[in-house]
Amino acid sequence: MTVTPHKQLPDVDRPPGAEPAPRGRRERTTPPWWFALPAMLLFAFVVLVPSVRGVYYAFTDWDGLSPDFSFVGLDNFSEMFRDEDARQAVWHTLLIAVSITVVQNAVGLLLALGVNSAIKSRNVLRVFLFAPAVITPIVTAYLWRNLLGPDGAVNSLLGAVGLKGLQQDWLGDPDLALWSVVGVIVWQFAGYSMVIFLAGLQSVPKEVHEAASMDGAGPVRRFWSVTRPLLAPALTINLMLSIIGGIKLFDQVFALTGGGPGHATDTISTLIYKDAFTLGEFGYSIALAVVLTIIVAVVSTGQYLALSRNERASS
Amino acid sequence: MNRYRPRTLALELAMIAAALFMAFPVYVLVNLAVRPPSDTSSPLSPTSSPTLDNFTQAWQKGGLGGALGNSVLVTVCSVVVVLTVSSLAAYPLARVATNWSRRAYLTFLLGLVLPFQLASLPLYQTLRDLDLLGTPWALVLFYSGLQVPFTVFLYVGFLRALPRDFEDAAMIDGCTPLQGFRYVVLPMLKPVTVTVLVLNAVAIWNDFFTPLLYLSGSDRQTLPVAISGFVGQYVTDWNLIFAALVISILPVLLVYFLLQRSIINGFAGGLRG
Repeated sequence: MTVTPHKQLPDVDRPPGAEPAPRGRRERTTPPWWFALPAMLLFAFVVLVPSVRGVYYAFTDWDGLSPDFSFVGLDNFSEMFRDEDARQAVWHTLLIAVSITVVQNAVGLLLALGVNSAIKSRNVLRVFLFAPAVITPIVTAYLWRNLLGPDGAVNSLLGAVGLKGLQQDWLGDPDLALWSVVGVIVWQFAGYSMVIFLAGLQSVPKEVHEAASMDGAGPVRRFWSVTRPLLAPALTINLMLSIIGGIKLFDQVFALTGGGPGHATDTISTLIYKDAFTLGEFGYSIALAVVLTIIVAVVSTGQYLALSRNERASS
Repeated sequence: MNRYRPRTLALELAMIAAALFMAFPVYVLVNLAVRPPSDTSSPLSPTSSPTLDNFTQAWQKGGLGGALGNSVLVTVCSVVVVLTVSSLAAYPLARVATNWSRRAYLTFLLGLVLPFQLASLPLYQTLRDLDLLGTPWALVLFYSGLQVPFTVFLYVGFLRALPRDFEDAAMIDGCTPLQGFRYVVLPMLKPVTVTVLVLNAVAIWNDFFTPLLYLSGSDRQTLPVAISGFVGQYVTDWNLIFAALVISILPVLLVYFLLQRSIINGFAGGLRG
């Protein structure tokens, strides 16, 4: 059946058995609670219950297979503090997350400003610059693994333009590999940040710009005083997406370096995978996942509070 | 500010240069994918005698056809389930202002913060006990739960900004709540549905960690895991690997360029939702 929402017509097509509603009074539809039940059950089964069990396993020496394991208290966590690899992985994770957040958003904002200008190619550029963001990250990472190799296209390009001195073993050099990973991610997702900034920029009314321009404000002044405050919501979303994405990073590191050379690019997520599935240390691995959860929770809460204060201040 | 000045031309050229710089990896990708393995010239120089042999070989050796089918199956089923249960759940969560509704909504929001790494290991054991490991259904089940919080979040945000008048009118006309949802609320949700459809489909299609965990050792891989296995097997045969990468990228880019407006709006839509 189809329902046409009209209010004051006679109740001729009312289904049999339905009570005529009293006229003149505003009737409130209250959807029943059980509409939320299927989503709740799926969410509980897949996320809530396993997460709670995960927190419990973090205090055990479970190997992931055997039915018997014992409670070891905080051993997994104190081991983490002694474990050089784990400390390094936490450091790398934070370093990657912060670098990605800064660089990707800076590049994304510049691209958005460029695409939001009067240039003729803006629509085509928008489509092409965003394209990398929809490609499977593991696939772009394998592509870059070749490009960044000692004989790869990046070094060839540097040689071709006379910058032979800048050629590097981008992924094999422990001091460089982490930054190469950051570069690959920025390449892929700068267009994503661009699209979100662009949506924010387009919400800035043209008249405001014209008025500011007539009052003698130059482009920099206009950006700072007119555009920037109105970009706050886009910035909030972009910062959230890039920092949380950076903290959870797994695919690109797995494909580009496998965490190496040595442990130079291991993140919390790659260590979780290795500990659980190559070393069989489920308990320890889940303890790492708990630490990851705490970092995500602290960062996103802190960021949310800071940014919502900023948004209020600038509006 | 909208006139085309010399400065605009300079900006236009700079932007095109930036785009070409970003497209450079794609040029190398295609260039090497059509290159016979005997050709060892620089990855930059255009391939002199291009061939499609790498593609046919990669397709056969990598089992990419089957993997493509699995990826489509998993993505379509998961997205249908996620969108159905989430939009349905968002209706009372957005409209009912009681304690249980607020608590349920906050519980879903908690799911936005929990990283999937925490749940995926214990769930691994549950799926093994249910004999679902190694099947696409393990993934469908996983994504159906994992993607619920953020989808509910966007639906509720959108629904709260919509007027209730149409639902109320439908109720007065004698609709059951389910009919009201199906014929009145759901059509109004179309813009946000496009957003969550795009975001969910891309996230599920591209996911690598979960199928790596839940499908390892099985012969029913999704595309990202099949590619990863392929790279591991043909480590140095980059021409072959690049052909496989092109094959895996093509369907995604095809859909992207066909639906680019909806897709880009979908990604930007989180902002308005």
